[in-house]
Amino acid sequence: MAQPHKTPVVFAPWENPTEKPLIEFKGVTKRFGDFTAIDNLTLNIYQREFFALLGPSGCGKTTLMRMLAGFEDPTEGAILLGGQDIVPVPPNKRPVNMMFQSYALFPHLSVWDNIAFGLRRSDMPRDQIGERVQEMLRLTRLESFAKRKPHQISGGQRQRVALARSLAKAPRLLLLDEPLGALDKKLRNETQFELMDIQEKTGTTFVIVTHDQEEAMTVASRIAVMDHGKLIQVDTPAGIYEAPNSVYVADFIGDVNIIEGNAKRIEGGIEIHYAEGAAPIRAMTDLDIADGQRVSYAIRPEKIAVSSEPLTDRANHARGKIIDIGYLGHLSSYFVTLGNGQKVEASMTNARRLSRRDFTWDDQVCLSWTDTAGVVLTR
Amino acid sequence: MRSTDAVEWAYARWLDLVLAAALALGGFLLLEHGSDGSHVTGGVMIAVAVFMGLYRISRRVAVIAVPYLWLLVFFLVPFVIVIKISLSDIALAMPPYTPTLDPAAGWSGFVDFLGKLDFDNFEFLTMDPLYYKAYLSSLKIAVLSTFLTLLVAYPMAYAMARAPEEWRGTLMMLVILPFWTSFLIRVYAWMGILGREGFLNSFLLWLGIIDEPLVILNTNIAVYIGIVYTYLPFMVLPIYATLEKLDGSLLEAAEDLGCSRLQAFWLVTAPLSVPGVVAGCFLVFIPTLGEFVIPSLLGGSDTLMIGKILYEEFFSNRDWPVASAVAVVLLLILVVPIVLFQRNQQKQAEAGK
Amino acid sequence: MKKLSWFNATSLTLGFAFLYIPMIILVVFSFNGGRNVAIWGGFSTKWYGELFNDEKFLNAAFITLRVALATATLATILGTIAAYVLVRGGRFYGRSLFAGMTYAPLVMPDVILGLSLLLLFKVMFSQSGMLTVILAHTTFTMCYVSVVVSSRLVSFDKSLEEAASDLGASAFDTFISVTLPNIAPAVISGWLLAFTLSLDDLVIASFTTGPGATTLPIEIFSEVRRGVKPQINALSTIMIGIVTVGVLIFSILSKRQIAQRLRDEKRAEASA
Repeated sequence: MAQPHKTPVVFAPWENPTEKPLIEFKGVTKRFGDFTAIDNLTLNIYQREFFALLGPSGCGKTTLMRMLAGFEDPTEGAILLGGQDIVPVPPNKRPVNMMFQSYALFPHLSVWDNIAFGLRRSDMPRDQIGERVQEMLRLTRLESFAKRKPHQISGGQRQRVALARSLAKAPRLLLLDEPLGALDKKLRNETQFELMDIQEKTGTTFVIVTHDQEEAMTVASRIAVMDHGKLIQVDTPAGIYEAPNSVYVADFIGDVNIIEGNAKRIEGGIEIHYAEGAAPIRAMTDLDIADGQRVSYAIRPEKIAVSSEPLTDRANHARGKIIDIGYLGHLSSYFVTLGNGQKVEASMTNARRLSRRDFTWDDQVCLSWTDTAGVVLTR
Repeated sequence: MRSTDAVEWAYARWLDLVLAAALALGGFLLLEHGSDGSHVTGGVMIAVAVFMGLYRISRRVAVIAVPYLWLLVFFLVPFVIVIKISLSDIALAMPPYTPTLDPAAGWSGFVDFLGKLDFDNFEFLTMDPLYYKAYLSSLKIAVLSTFLTLLVAYPMAYAMARAPEEWRGTLMMLVILPFWTSFLIRVYAWMGILGREGFLNSFLLWLGIIDEPLVILNTNIAVYIGIVYTYLPFMVLPIYATLEKLDGSLLEAAEDLGCSRLQAFWLVTAPLSVPGVVAGCFLVFIPTLGEFVIPSLLGGSDTLMIGKILYEEFFSNRDWPVASAVAVVLLLILVVPIVLFQRNQQKQAEAGK
Repeated sequence: MKKLSWFNATSLTLGFAFLYIPMIILVVFSFNGGRNVAIWGGFSTKWYGELFNDEKFLNAAFITLRVALATATLATILGTIAAYVLVRGGRFYGRSLFAGMTYAPLVMPDVILGLSLLLLFKVMFSQSGMLTVILAHTTFTMCYVSVVVSSRLVSFDKSLEEAASDLGASAFDTFISVTLPNIAPAVISGWLLAFTLSLDDLVIASFTTGPGATTLPIEIFSEVRRGVKPQINALSTIMIGIVTVGVLIFSILSKRQIAQRLRDEKRAEASA
């Protein structure tokens, strides 16, 4: 019997050249006095995307979002929404809604009135407003709290009211400014999935600002890593993690070992000579690298195996001494100093409960990794 | 329909300009043909019309203009007038000073007018010992009574900050309550107490502590008591505010590091309460310097305070130019403490962030 | 519970005795039947009777009340706008002059304010009266309102206004439906403050008043200049009584509201 062949529908409109972007930033610069918050930035965001702006505080991600909402005007450049320049449109006339970091719930209005606030100021006929509010309350599971004031509900509920209020007008674009920042870790994890669920149900384009890389990795279809008002890399979470384009991105997302050395071209890749007397690292790369060029080699701790004898199926080996062990429950991190003084972190999953401790402090161990495990970076 | 909708509906149809035009027309008619009372109405109508027109051009400018123009007309312009009159000479006319500016005379009239202004009144202030004695005596009374108020207020504020938390609200209210009752009545209350046949004397005579009634009312002592009494809340509140914010663990740390209670107070509490003390001192000193009610009710004929002199110069002697000159000099004396006070407030506000 | 040390207890007792005994004496002696103002001559309410028969005081009280109502309302409107302009207005030409002008009347001696306003009114109007007192009072009380309201505006989360705008409200709509309800407590306090300041003011009113507009403080002042008057004790007692009752009600109400809010918040967290 023939199995119906199921092709996974990959959502990747950014790879389709015929797809029209919903939002286009065209050479946008924003200056506050002498300070340049956004520096000649160009970016496309597509319909139905869950797009994350990630970066340290002061990198310009909030300014970028506030320009979409209309609270800041770009100093130069254009911002297009559905092909139309929205710079001259004031915030109250934009089909864009925002969920504020502080939630900004109106303290003098009930949950119901908070959600209805935007609808009352739209073209929606009066008799349909009640229905729409009810729908939003259902979506965010707040039906029994409609009559409460914001101070009479918990933090998690407030977060959902803020979401319901910003979704009520069915905006073409929803902006979320650190939406989960005020929640504790456990609630945050639950809410992340709820957010993704709601985004899928409503089909709204979401742009989220966050400084929490885990949050961005979980929810986003694509992540833009920003620094000093510039986009460093825009890619899918997997792309950002596995193929960072720079030391900055590699270092910003997750743990990473960065080893600097001089390149030497070999068949199918390069060798990186990083220390006198140490075996060079073999790495595959698509980059065009000249002999003797200074490069950085980034490798994630979980890609490095720790063993007492070298694993012969891997291309790279290094010997060293364990100087520190971090036990994190689901995994253990080993900090190893190689013979040449280079420090490397490697991590192993603790798959078995109460497994015999294989290694301890001051043990001599061998680290092994393949030639595709790390990434060669030139900036 | 919400009221804001109605306003916006009208605005979208330019009805505001129609209304503004009507108001302006009515206002001008009233100004042309009305009496004093309708002049005011006419003025208000024109002001509203101007506001509506301005609101069309720029909402922001219109909103800023309302309080701005009010303060310009009723605060800044009067000062310019005071300065101008302080440079004029007294005259037996209405208004009782010369020269007066005649707008009809144009530019040459203005130059002529400027030429007639002089510093005679200020010279007069330095010649007549009454004035500089009054300034000096006001300063002395203000400084001394500020210090006395501090002496009374600090222990109170300190004790309030140390009181159990559930008392503090009530204690605060008790300090603020007199502030809401009439200043005049609070000063007046002391007249009944300090007078020759007042409550204090009757009480002390009855106890047998004194044989003769004490003379307190109509002396400077009564003025000091009155100032300390009426301005006490202004000193207590800022000191209390700084002491209340003081982290209790700082004192524990000081004691843990070997300070005695008293040393901890001098080395930790006192220095940290300085901003509150400074704010309180300014809040008492600045208004006291120009005080009028207290010296005229509690003080005697030998109590020289500049507020009283100014009042009498104006109402009894009807010497507007000299009264204006007295005011200008008082203001110049006050500029320094006012600026210092504002600096202190700003510094505190920044530290609070 | 932390106990007060004897030193602190003494300072509190002495301090509050100093603040309240004069007023208590004033109130007690307003019920004094004897002629002598400091010797108790039996309980009597005759001074109250005399007070209420004196049309001079009733007239003055009525005028003062009308002045204070008009002043408080005008000053609240102007002061609230001034506070909004200072806190939310951004930069504009002459902002520091404006900030200075809203601040200066707070620290300016009454005599100077009164004198300068009188000189202005001499130019503007042919005769002074209730209107000039209202204008003068509005000018100095609006600055107090502005201080009270701007301290509230500063602590008021600006993102609430941005949220309203984001949800489609115009600037005017945002001010009416979001900003104003949230700063309402400060606006009301500002109104009350302006009202009492206007009721209280003697000096500025003396300078700017005219025939037929003698306010209560002016009347009291001219009565007591030459000595203690039992009717004035009675009048003071009434005024102290009104203020005390007012402040007590206000503080009990706000205390209750705070307690209710705390309970609500606790319950909300517990139910989550």
